[in-house]
Amino acid sequence: MKRIIVNSLLIMVFSLTACSNDTQSYSKGIYLLLDTSGTYTRELEKANEIIKYFLSQLEAGDTFAVARIDSGSFSEKDIIAKATFDARPSVSNNQKREFSRTVESFIKTVKSSAYTDISGGMLQGIEYLDESMSGKKTIFIFSDLKEELPKGYVRDVRFDLNGYRVVAINATKLRSDNINPAEYMDRLSHWQNLVQSSGGEWSVINDLDREDALML
Amino acid sequence: MTFLEQNFIPLNNTYGIIFIVSIAMILLYLGRDIVHKSIRAFFFGGYRFFKVLSRSIMSSAQTLQERNREVLLELGQEQTERQIEREFYRINKVVTRDLGTYPELQRIMNEQITKIEEDYAKSGEVPPPSPEWLDAIQAVAELAERKGGDRLGGNVLEEIHKTTQKQHKRAMDEYRKQIAERHQILLKLNPYWRRLANTVDHVGSTIQGLMDRSQHIDTQMDRYMQIHAGEDSALRMLRASSITQFAIALIVVTIAVGGAFINFHLIALPMSETVSAAGRIAGMRVSDVAAMLVILLEASFGILLMESLRITRLFPAIGSMEDKKLKRMAWIFFIFILSFAFVEAALAFMRDEIAADNAALRKNFVSSASDSMETTTISSWIPMTGQMIMGFILPFALAFVAIPLESLIHSFRTVSGDLLVLLLKGLSALMRMLAQLFRQTGEVLVHLVDLIVIVPLQAERGLKSLYGSTKNPHGENPKKHKEVTEY
Repeated sequence: MKRIIVNSLLIMVFSLTACSNDTQSYSKGIYLLLDTSGTYTRELEKANEIIKYFLSQLEAGDTFAVARIDSGSFSEKDIIAKATFDARPSVSNNQKREFSRTVESFIKTVKSSAYTDISGGMLQGIEYLDESMSGKKTIFIFSDLKEELPKGYVRDVRFDLNGYRVVAINATKLRSDNINPAEYMDRLSHWQNLVQSSGGEWSVINDLDREDALML
Repeated sequence: MTFLEQNFIPLNNTYGIIFIVSIAMILLYLGRDIVHKSIRAFFFGGYRFFKVLSRSIMSSAQTLQERNREVLLELGQEQTERQIEREFYRINKVVTRDLGTYPELQRIMNEQITKIEEDYAKSGEVPPPSPEWLDAIQAVAELAERKGGDRLGGNVLEEIHKTTQKQHKRAMDEYRKQIAERHQILLKLNPYWRRLANTVDHVGSTIQGLMDRSQHIDTQMDRYMQIHAGEDSALRMLRASSITQFAIALIVVTIAVGGAFINFHLIALPMSETVSAAGRIAGMRVSDVAAMLVILLEASFGILLMESLRITRLFPAIGSMEDKKLKRMAWIFFIFILSFAFVEAALAFMRDEIAADNAALRKNFVSSASDSMETTTISSWIPMTGQMIMGFILPFALAFVAIPLESLIHSFRTVSGDLLVLLLKGLSALMRMLAQLFRQTGEVLVHLVDLIVIVPLQAERGLKSLYGSTKNPHGENPKKHKEVTEY
């Protein structure tokens, strides 16, 4: 009898411990990469709307970061705004307002970069989200997906995208794509292969009017 | 080509088929007893199994029914005892309140009666006019008339007559005045009479109330005696009452659950300001769990409050406590509920503010103008006040759940017990039906076997009748056959 009681108590303690560790698995982590190269900066207003949408959807405990893709994106300096939202709604709302202000100010003052280091941005995103210990990790890439690295930059590292969802948003077609659509297809399939071979899920969203397009 | 066709007879041949059928028939005839026994062993075994199962279930149902009866009577007895106790408590209250002051009332009534008597006595002391005196006046008057010639004597007598007349008139006036005074005294008696009549009426109505209560107690006692004797009429009445109670209690508890649900939504959002909304327990936000816990605590305190007030009797340990302790406990639980009510009202206020802030934030995110990113103030105080009032009232409303909950728990025992008995009886009937099905199938199969081997069987019968065999046509002992087929 005594043994049964002790065992039951132990099971209860373990169950409660398991429950209390449940927090991380439910939190969401979002890393949004904004392409600031060339003429793509014109699309950033659209990105601002997406950021606002994400802000309105994220809850207490969720992590959100917005980073720019420039010539060398594997750097903390490229993170424009980041926040892990507080458990209290009042504080969390203020964090969201501040976040939105920072992003808006960046979009107003952004200057185009010469190169597009998407891989570096992704590596930075993985590093950041791994640190955040979020349960559901997503990297959104707001870009035309055309990577151009400055001379001497090496990005042939293996990504560890296990448990990650990588979503390309607004992957616009370039003028050259219109001449040869295969270039666009190759670009998309290159990123798809890269993500999937690294253990991640890949998807492309070009129609942002779709209701489930940006479902978190 | 089959083995038979290869080695013996071709199957497409009619004679061949007849041959095979005949062989099969003979074989079946020879093994008829074994086949019969096998069929009986299987099907009648199944019959016995289901029959035993049916009996066992029926026995369980009967035991349960008996137990239900006992529980129902016990509950009814307890309920009636409680009602009688309540009636006695009321009588005690009436006696303490009204008849407890009876000595005082009696003293007042005595005083009033004494006063009335005194006044009555006073009103009775009227000095009657003296008849002798009147005779003297008459005699003097006659003497004056007779001595008409004697002037001096006549004058004196006349003067005496006049004086006596005056005295008489004065005496009459005095008498009338005193009579008037007595009437005044008698008039003053009226309120005393009225008061006395009222007092007597009051005592009368109290006594009548007590009579009514005693009649009610008599009815309850009759009912109690019926229940105690375990009469069927009492049992039927209790069962009907239990089902009604269950239905009503279920409806009220369902409504209370709806109230708790609304309460939960009222405090879940603001609770995230005090308890972490990021943490999760079994998939639920910690703040939601906390809100649920607050509601459950309110309901628990409500149950304990009702228990302390002796309205419900779910916990015998609380019921057996001293009155003083119970009173203290009731106050403690009431203070807890009151505190929760204030906390909920505050949370409801906070909820409104948070909701307004969230709405403002969403509005800002939707609108393109970034300069309008300011928190909007609460525009309407009516919903906020409503929420606060609801937050304050709901904990008290939840506290009263204890009463229907007690009824639900008590009536659920009897109703579920009755339902279980019905289920068991139904199951028993099903088992009986299955047993019969097995039995009949066995019989049919035995007869079918006999039908297949009808030709050799008839031949056997013919031979037996020819040789005058005493055995029956089946070649079996008829007694034995009867024993096997009858169950």
